[in-house]
Amino acid sequence: MRYVFAVVLAFGLAGPVAAVQPDEVLDDPMLEERARDLSKGLRCLVCRNESIDESNASLARDLRLLVRERLVEGDSDDEVMDFIVDRYGEYVLLRPTLSGANWILWAAGPVMLLMAAGLSFGFMRRRSRAVATTETDLSEEERARLDDILKG
Amino acid sequence: MTTELGHFALILAFMVAVVQMIIPMIGAHRRHAGMMAVAEPAASLQFILIAVSFGALMWAFITSDFSLQLVVLNSHSAKPMIYKISGTWGNHEGSMLLWVLIVALFGAMAAWFGKGLPPTLRARVLAVQAAIGVAFMAFILFTSNPFLRLAVPPFDGQDLNPLLQDPGLAFHPPFLYLGYVGLSMAFSFAVAALIEGRVDAAWGRWVRPWTLAAWVFLTIGIALGSWWAYYELGWGGFWFWDPVENASFMPWLLGAALLHSAIVVEKREALKSWTILLAILAFGFSLIGTFIVRSGLLTSVHAFANDPERGVFILMILFFFTGSALVLFALRAPVMEAKGVFALVSREGALVLNNVLLAVSCFIVFFGTMWPMVAEMAFDMRVSVGPPFFDMAFSPIMLLLGIALPFGSMLPWKRGKLGQVAYKLRYAAVLVLAITLLVYTMQTGNSIIGPIGVMVGGWVFAGAVIDLWSRTGRSGWSRLFRLPGADWGKAVGHAGLGVSIFAIAGLVAWQKEDIRVAYIDEPFQVGAYDLVLRSVDFVEGPNYYSTMATIEATRDGRHVATLHPEKRDYPVAQMPTTEAAIDYRITRDLYVVIGDAQADGGWTVRTYIKPWTNWIWLGAILMALGGVISLFDRRFRVAVGARKTPVAGVPAE
Repeated sequence: MRYVFAVVLAFGLAGPVAAVQPDEVLDDPMLEERARDLSKGLRCLVCRNESIDESNASLARDLRLLVRERLVEGDSDDEVMDFIVDRYGEYVLLRPTLSGANWILWAAGPVMLLMAAGLSFGFMRRRSRAVATTETDLSEEERARLDDILKG
Repeated sequence: MTTELGHFALILAFMVAVVQMIIPMIGAHRRHAGMMAVAEPAASLQFILIAVSFGALMWAFITSDFSLQLVVLNSHSAKPMIYKISGTWGNHEGSMLLWVLIVALFGAMAAWFGKGLPPTLRARVLAVQAAIGVAFMAFILFTSNPFLRLAVPPFDGQDLNPLLQDPGLAFHPPFLYLGYVGLSMAFSFAVAALIEGRVDAAWGRWVRPWTLAAWVFLTIGIALGSWWAYYELGWGGFWFWDPVENASFMPWLLGAALLHSAIVVEKREALKSWTILLAILAFGFSLIGTFIVRSGLLTSVHAFANDPERGVFILMILFFFTGSALVLFALRAPVMEAKGVFALVSREGALVLNNVLLAVSCFIVFFGTMWPMVAEMAFDMRVSVGPPFFDMAFSPIMLLLGIALPFGSMLPWKRGKLGQVAYKLRYAAVLVLAITLLVYTMQTGNSIIGPIGVMVGGWVFAGAVIDLWSRTGRSGWSRLFRLPGADWGKAVGHAGLGVSIFAIAGLVAWQKEDIRVAYIDEPFQVGAYDLVLRSVDFVEGPNYYSTMATIEATRDGRHVATLHPEKRDYPVAQMPTTEAAIDYRITRDLYVVIGDAQADGGWTVRTYIKPWTNWIWLGAILMALGGVISLFDRRFRVAVGARKTPVAGVPAE
């Protein structure tokens, strides 16, 4: 969010006006709803990190219309996505698939959570069994420092 | 003339920082009081010199000195004064200067308020802080000099990016920098302690106020940026999981973890090496953020000028500081044996869980941010990782954190019983369940996010209230306002998190949107509101032209608001912006945007009803406020200052 300032050549070119135009909206609200949901998961290829639902670029508009066309023709959500991925590659998907090496991405979080949980559990087990002698006494030096601090 | 003075002052500050980096470090090693004493005046002097330098640059912006290249590129004589001033840091070079100014400010504050620190630790902290300053001043002087003159000055400048000409954004960068750079203080303390070879409860106490302050600034900075995105970008998004947003979010998450683990060091002398590691990583992530933004490695809507040379320089700084700190950590960590003994179910255990969850969530954000690059380099795959991934991977961790938080914050130190805590929380649980069921039955649509958010957010909030109340013991009200600042800060901060969770879920689940072509004086309905476009006028601003609509909103025939959404065109910067008109209310925002004119005389109008949106930032404000209240806890003053006489107020800048 940091240099939000130098923000956005991308927005600059496109203008930060929200994307979907009234003439694109489908008459069937159910279909439109599905189209919006699908659009949110598709990347605008000429923008930086915007979905076609947010982008004002003409390519994004073409893609939005394409999504709606396919939906009107009766494609399921998956069929629409496959159709677009076939043409533009996996790069258009804002949510990476599980295919190829992408499983690493999806597994990274849960694996890390398990590892961290295991490590910290082991650590706490050791802590709970440790003998508490060390905290009974302050060393001479520590006592002096404590006095120093408390005197203020 | 002032420009050359500023340039000269920066070079002098660089030299002072070099001295401050070397002499006190040697002095601390040899226990030489005189050499260590160099650090303090050097820190003050360095700060004053950089302040002079920054002031000179600001002066050039204020007076629109177009012989300065930076001013030409980022300013214009017709720009309002506040944006002339904020233009100083609205660009790469100026923002780097602000960055080192804050590094020096924190160093100077450590010198002024650190009288109670052991002299060797203080000398080392200031030396490490100066080293950070040296690296970044070298970066400015050699690759991004803001004081470059033009041989032939133009008549006027090219104006600041219009999106940045906004009050929310004018103050967004300084707060963020205070946060990022504040974490450098924790880093300096960590490295100094590693060199010193000692980490004890007192260290935990010294490092916590700095971390707390940095985290508070970071919270405010992120909230300002997100609020700005909400009202300026024209469709009411508040978080985009953009690489640069993530760059600020990762230090925030680690800062929050550090804040909590330092408590364990302070109270129980455990988790020492982990806390040190966190302090190093938190600042490391600040540097990674700087690198991401300024190298152009990751495409982002925010990216600054993509200059490989600068990127390499920052990468070197990043590797040098985190690398050498981690090596030092590997060498010294075994020395720091943990002391406190505690059971699995205890406050310590809960804080460990807090750290696990925050660190893992930070890791997920980091991994997702870097994955497109890794996948391309290692697997030759071009993939995008966008909001849908982050929402799915990040949210569950936050929900776990929210569920665990009220238990953890009420567990006693050393050894606790979950049953006892659950008993104390029983009213909160019943209340929250009842509300969740009510919401579930009342809501339209089938979204499950809303009820879950209400449940977890409400649970965290109610837990914080009960936690605070339980601190009063049997005395009740009479003690409530005499509780230590730390108790209040904790409760307010946690309550803020609950409010934000609730608001985000509410907004995501129950937002209503309407896109249409509206015609003058033809009413249309959105949700429970009747809107009518009254007129569209063309207005001239100081440095822009505006298309301003007048839209009236009524509900059940009663007037709600008259809204003026605008579409602005900045002729100098050749850029359009939208200014959404928002009717802020407690339970919802009515958000209206005017779009393009249509051939048949109509106008594109977007209307959003955004429930509970303000509460997102209310929550952030509460979190920041909680931090501030904790900062004013008496016990910190005893620890930080240990001064003979209390010093009043904040030093003048």
